[in-house]
Amino acid sequence: MSSPLTGYLVVAALLFSIGLAGALVRRNAIMVLIGIELMLNAANLNFIAFWRYSPHPEALTGMMFAIFSIAVAAAEAAVGLGLVIAIHRHTGTTDLDKMNRMKG
Amino acid sequence: MFYLIAALTLAGALAAMTLKQMVHAALAVTVAFAGLALFFLNLDAQFAGFAQILVYIGAVAILVVFAILLTHGAELPKGGVFSRTWFVGLPIAAGIFAVLGWAVIASSKALPSEAAAPAVNVHDIGVALVGRYVLPLEILALLLTAATIGAVMVALHEKERAK
Repeated sequence: MSSPLTGYLVVAALLFSIGLAGALVRRNAIMVLIGIELMLNAANLNFIAFWRYSPHPEALTGMMFAIFSIAVAAAEAAVGLGLVIAIHRHTGTTDLDKMNRMKG
Repeated sequence: MFYLIAALTLAGALAAMTLKQMVHAALAVTVAFAGLALFFLNLDAQFAGFAQILVYIGAVAILVVFAILLTHGAELPKGGVFSRTWFVGLPIAAGIFAVLGWAVIASSKALPSEAAAPAVNVHDIGVALVGRYVLPLEILALLLTAATIGAVMVALHEKERAK
């Protein structure tokens, strides 16, 4: 490992892949949302790591992007889980394999 | 220190994606979020670290547990927790990791080496938020308001129609 940044980037790549695998493999819509949250967090880790080792950390670019990304992820989680609850009310399931109709 | 936090985060994420019981998975993903907050603190990004703790451990984890309990997610599904098409998803994820890992390792010589800890405090972040980044901040405020109203509307809609 020549640079300390490499370790963080590898961890973020692993975390992103785990989140992607979860989002693609799990049946339950809530678990898919959790996988997407993990992917967003992996991107945030990259932003913060690049900010820390950038030549101009005082410009705060990566830090700001990560903070805005955390806020957008919170909004996404609220709307996503609201949708899951609405679908559960409508169809009585959160199993994605059973959600194969566009028309209720 | 780095390896400890990395092991904690990745173990939490792996457990979250493989555990059958969804409430346990929600707790495991909270461990992963806590590990990420530790990473941020380790990288001298105190504000992002505490924001991570507040937003993810404080709000998103609670929201996920509420959603699981409201949708009877605590009961184990009959057909297993994994999708019918899991054998397609796993190679895609593995392939993405291979590409990302290769890109990181191949470019590791070009990455910047050890740098001094940046002297940034919360005051600087606040000034930047209402100075250079004021427009994104306002848009974000609008987005959060719209998302909150939208989430409530979406979750309430079906109940009103049924009456």
